Amino acid sequence: MEFSELIRTRQAQAELLSGPEAPALRGTLCVTGHHLLLSPKPQATDLWLLLLRSVDSIEKRVAGDSGTITLRCKDLRVLQLRIEGVEATLDVARSIEGLRLGDAWHFHPLESYYKRVALETDAWRLSEVNEDFSLCPSYPRVVIVPRAVDDAALARSARFRQGGRFPVLSYHHARSGTALLRSSQPLIGPKKLRCAEDEELLGAVLAGARPGAQGFIVDTRSAQTAKQARMTGGGTESKAAYPGWKRLHRPLERGRHLQESFVRLVEACGDLEQSMDQWLSRLDSCRWLAHVQEALSTACLAAQGMEREGACVLVHGAEGMDSTLLVTSLAQLILDPLSRTMAGFQELVEREWIQAGHPFQLRCAHSAFSHARSKHEAPTFLLFLDCVWQLGRQFPLSLEFGEGLLLALFEHAYASPFGTFLCNSEKERCLCEVRTQTHSLWSGLNQSKEQRKLRNPLYVLNPSALWPSVEPQSLRLWQGLFLRQTRPPERSEEVWEKVWQIVTDEKTEDSRPVVSAPEPQP
Amino acid sequence: MTATHLLFIDSHQKETWILHHHIASVEKLALTTSGCPLVIQCKNFRIVHFIVPKERDCHDIYNSLLQLSKQAKYEDLYAFSYNPKQNDSERLRGWQLIDLAEEYKRMGVPNSNWQLSDANREYKICETYPRELYVPRIASKPIIVGSSKFRSKGRFPVLSYYHQNKEAAICRCSQPLSGFSARCLEDEHLLQAISKANPANRYMYVVDTRPKLNAMANRAAGKGYENEDNYSNIRFQFVGIENIHVMRSSLQKLLEVNGTKGLSVNDFYSGLESSGWLRHIKAVMDAAIFLAKAIMVENASVLVHCSDGWDRTSQVCSLGSLLLDSYYRTIKGFMVLIEKDWISFGHKFSERCGHLDGDPKEVSPVFTQFLECVWHLTEQFPQAFEFNEAFLLQIHEHIHSCQFGNFLGNCQKEREELKLKEKTHSLWPFLLDDREKYSNPLYSSSSQRFAVLEPNTVSFNFKFWRSMYHQFDRTLHPRESVCNIITKMNEQNKQLEKDMKDLESKISKHKNEEIDGVLTKELLHSVRPESPTLKTSLCYKEQTVLPVNDTLRTIEGSNPVDNRYSEYAEEFSKSKPAVVSLEYGVARMTC
Repeated sequence: MEFSELIRTRQAQAELLSGPEAPALRGTLCVTGHHLLLSPKPQATDLWLLLLRSVDSIEKRVAGDSGTITLRCKDLRVLQLRIEGVEATLDVARSIEGLRLGDAWHFHPLESYYKRVALETDAWRLSEVNEDFSLCPSYPRVVIVPRAVDDAALARSARFRQGGRFPVLSYHHARSGTALLRSSQPLIGPKKLRCAEDEELLGAVLAGARPGAQGFIVDTRSAQTAKQARMTGGGTESKAAYPGWKRLHRPLERGRHLQESFVRLVEACGDLEQSMDQWLSRLDSCRWLAHVQEALSTACLAAQGMEREGACVLVHGAEGMDSTLLVTSLAQLILDPLSRTMAGFQELVEREWIQAGHPFQLRCAHSAFSHARSKHEAPTFLLFLDCVWQLGRQFPLSLEFGEGLLLALFEHAYASPFGTFLCNSEKERCLCEVRTQTHSLWSGLNQSKEQRKLRNPLYVLNPSALWPSVEPQSLRLWQGLFLRQTRPPERSEEVWEKVWQIVTDEKTEDSRPVVSAPEPQP
Repeated sequence: MTATHLLFIDSHQKETWILHHHIASVEKLALTTSGCPLVIQCKNFRIVHFIVPKERDCHDIYNSLLQLSKQAKYEDLYAFSYNPKQNDSERLRGWQLIDLAEEYKRMGVPNSNWQLSDANREYKICETYPRELYVPRIASKPIIVGSSKFRSKGRFPVLSYYHQNKEAAICRCSQPLSGFSARCLEDEHLLQAISKANPANRYMYVVDTRPKLNAMANRAAGKGYENEDNYSNIRFQFVGIENIHVMRSSLQKLLEVNGTKGLSVNDFYSGLESSGWLRHIKAVMDAAIFLAKAIMVENASVLVHCSDGWDRTSQVCSLGSLLLDSYYRTIKGFMVLIEKDWISFGHKFSERCGHLDGDPKEVSPVFTQFLECVWHLTEQFPQAFEFNEAFLLQIHEHIHSCQFGNFLGNCQKEREELKLKEKTHSLWPFLLDDREKYSNPLYSSSSQRFAVLEPNTVSFNFKFWRSMYHQFDRTLHPRESVCNIITKMNEQNKQLEKDMKDLESKISKHKNEEIDGVLTKELLHSVRPESPTLKTSLCYKEQTVLPVNDTLRTIEGSNPVDNRYSEYAEEFSKSKPAVVSLEYGVARMTC
């Protein structure tokens, strides 16, 4: 989150009145991302500090060449700040106003991710070629592309890819210096068309990684489906046209079939009367867990290609906004310890799903119970959350967030009072003025009082890659979600609470003084 | 190869020990270019593949293992040679750890309705029952003797569990020799005496744990089930648990499915379904719930039997008691439960586990099913059990290991004849010594909510028990252990609290001294700085949580090479199995 943009002024001279009886405190007022600080004039040691999140309401009044800001806090305190200078007063007030909400709309995951990449390598640049969404309506305004390729080439490559989704950087793996890219299928068609700029783009990726680097193209369709797609103008990269790139086909279920699988699983989970054999046979025939396995193993394959083989990986299916995102986002979770933190995961979802143009509005219009079906629904995002849950089960200490966050994301993707999952792409969100008219889910979640449900009490940073087992014996049905109707969650919530108590060493039974243990830090 | 173990040391000096008694089958496969493959399947579900370069070596190993894994005499079993360096008094104390007389006292018997019977003191009435049996006070010896003659193997109705608050009892017996029309007045009297021993409800349930069809078939052989018309105040009920042969082949199917290479999700679930294993587990659980409900809701006593009353009856009685009584959910209590309902009442451990070279048709995973039911309960009630999964796995390990005397033999009489208490050691003290390892960190003993467990047996609450049937396939398990880390944190918290108390008492001591005027001002000053150091030492200790966690992290198998997705891309490198020298030459092993 970029708080710095919200801070209009950093310092001002001020006087603080904490109540009619209390003596006034004079000094320099400082606004930081989370706090308001007042350091008294003579270099005194005690510093006055106020957490901005605790401000409930703010009122400003200007008189002459100074102003007064009244802060009413959530803990019922009322504070008055007398600030020198009208301009300073207004700036401070506006800063506090913006920061106390911690509004996550000012959260630019792509730019901040690029800052991270730029520290690791200079092979990539931030391109504004899609500034007006003319090149690719489903991409965000800015994308990360190889430095060696100019915007004109990008434009031509976009014309050669379905929906204009030319290859862009999804993740840079610093340890091996390799990159994960995503795109849509190339428009090869029955005439076997080629596009020099597209070939040049992928060539530049390999050259940027390491001389002689290898690349893998993970096509999320079967070889046959990919070939058939040529009839309708699509297709897949030919080996001759893209030297250094090797193609792997890993068919993943998508669209209507995935939705049907979801519907049948939910149906089976709602039947309390069925025998053991009926249940197992329905669990088997709905194939949901098989889809979980396929998604996880494909993501592992992509991650393995980068980490073990030192190869660059490009993932695409047909449109490149469903199974492609599933694979790229899971691969990052496997490889990147930062994406497993609370903030990092939110950033991952924002960057790899929302900004990457997963059409949430179309995919999540109906859930499993609706009879009205259009052909666009598919629980791809839910499948992603399920895979993350499986990772969390196998590595219970390595994710900073808990099941509660995954459940919340599932709920909000389908129906939400927040604007985060609205619309199908960044372009639509701009047209609908989502950012100005709605609130962001991320600030909602991060201010939620139920942090304990969202966070994992046992989290410890695990710097290595997480290689999950994808054997059927290791995959479990996500009971917390699919059986939420038939199985009360209280018991598991109690256990969660108990673990929190142990971690923070709270004693509920006897009223011993509480020793506060460190909260897990990202 | 040693007299008791097969030992394999790989190139990383990692040792794999396999007890000969654990070996269920040894198979020699067709010769390959790299050598002769040898597959060993163990009763604790470990499967090991060896490749022995020379066929003759392989043949020798094969023959030796065949002989060593099947013993003809009890005296050749490991328990008789196992020496854990205990002296005789320690050994004796170990055997006295579990005292069943004490246990019946805890339940509240003998009392005005129930008494200790000396009818079987010399094993004259029933060889497979223990010497001490509890029966209704009004049941005279002739009634007992008469009833025992009307019951298969003489196993007449006796007390298994007494519920003190409800004054209701769980009793157990074998099937009646009723045939199509036979009656026995003494047996009818004995059942009446049981129902009369319960002042709260004069009706009692008679639960036949077999499927109705099997019970009816038994009538043709002169056995069968109680006729409700002949017995007053009984309600008869079948609960439909299959027999030992069905259970054996069900587990066999389950293991076959799981042993398949490259198993797909769909094959796994259809295999799980066709094995019927979880259906059987659910049937046992449902029967136990029936018992618990009869006692808790209707205040009714229950008499349980199957055919001989030592397999399904043991499962249902012990599980029912476990639901009713939180004592059996403690580490010690669980041992008592096994001693009472399984060992003393004559579950044929040696035959069911195949300790000796005997009839393979007598082998059946009845006790394993009981452990699995308990595991399902621990999953549904994570805070209700003092022990954890490792405890259940360890007990399972030792019913087959023949390392301790507890599970040898088929009944108490046989155990006495073998002089097990003099010649072997008891398992329980060794488990108690490792108490920390087997404790459930989330256990809350005080919680009254878990007095009686009411598990939900809707089908989707039953899951495949990976940690049992794949306990040696490390790559399939979670890579980090929540149990370990919480245990560690609990320990640390306790230590911190202790430190805090020590420091507090020190402070108050100093304060007292100050009041007494013993301390000068300077000395007092030296006390003051202690508080920041106290703080920092606390903080420091808390921060050390992190490195400790790292050592706990199980990273074995956390490697893409170990996982199957690496097979999908052939161009990706593959690891080669370790090549190691063995006494017999060079062998390769993949676990």
